[in-house]
Amino acid sequence: MKNEKTQVKKENFVKIQVQALSSNEAFCRNAVAAFCLSIDPTVDQLSDVKTAVSEAITNSVIHAYRGGGGLIEIDLVMRKRVLHIEIRDFGQGVVDMEEIRKPFFTTKPDEERSGMGFTIMESFMDELILSKTEGGGLTIKMVKDFDEEEK
Amino acid sequence: MKVKHKFLKGVLYMSLEGELDESKSLYTRSQMESAFDSYDMSKVVIDLSCLSFMDSTGIGVLIGRFKKLKERQITVVIANPSRSIDKILTLSGVYSLMPKVEY
Repeated sequence: MKNEKTQVKKENFVKIQVQALSSNEAFCRNAVAAFCLSIDPTVDQLSDVKTAVSEAITNSVIHAYRGGGGLIEIDLVMRKRVLHIEIRDFGQGVVDMEEIRKPFFTTKPDEERSGMGFTIMESFMDELILSKTEGGGLTIKMVKDFDEEEK
Repeated sequence: MKVKHKFLKGVLYMSLEGELDESKSLYTRSQMESAFDSYDMSKVVIDLSCLSFMDSTGIGVLIGRFKKLKERQITVVIANPSRSIDKILTLSGVYSLMPKVEY
């Protein structure tokens, strides 16, 4: 486990704190995309990352905070050509971590929700790990290897 | 986000332009609905060539509109999605309801 000082010295990182509003989704996905530009990604890789980030933020805005706003933290780290994203909310949290990954699962079946958010994150990124945020809420970790062949 | 449409020989051509995410879903939905209510068409072509971004919110919007049009026995097809939107539509099975066509 690296301590924070080592991280500051060696790795390129960005930390973002943002209000959980759907109007901030475009900012979030474009900020993450901008962070990736330095390693010269393909257009397709960038749009994969943007889509996955948008799904994660939508999940926090709609499901974790039920549209009422709240804190979202985004941590980005670039290790060589591998992007590590961590998106944390402090909302109502998730009871069944397996269930929410299933295609077409939604907490809001009455609305026009596709239930495809986590399925899309999983298939657009190389890794998707879900865990509890300390103190409640959901933490979404995603990894994208820019040297990996297109899926 | 813009929704443009053109009615030609019984077919309503609809073009979604810009970025479709949660923040634009209500607007997009109501724009599409009001166009659907204005014409008596047998088919709707949804052109995505100018849609630069869409996430799964867009799937909800499209499937919701499909259900309403199906009640009126109107067929819906999707044209010209970008590669990443195509991936989302394929993954979620949207093409089994609204086939992809070339225009």
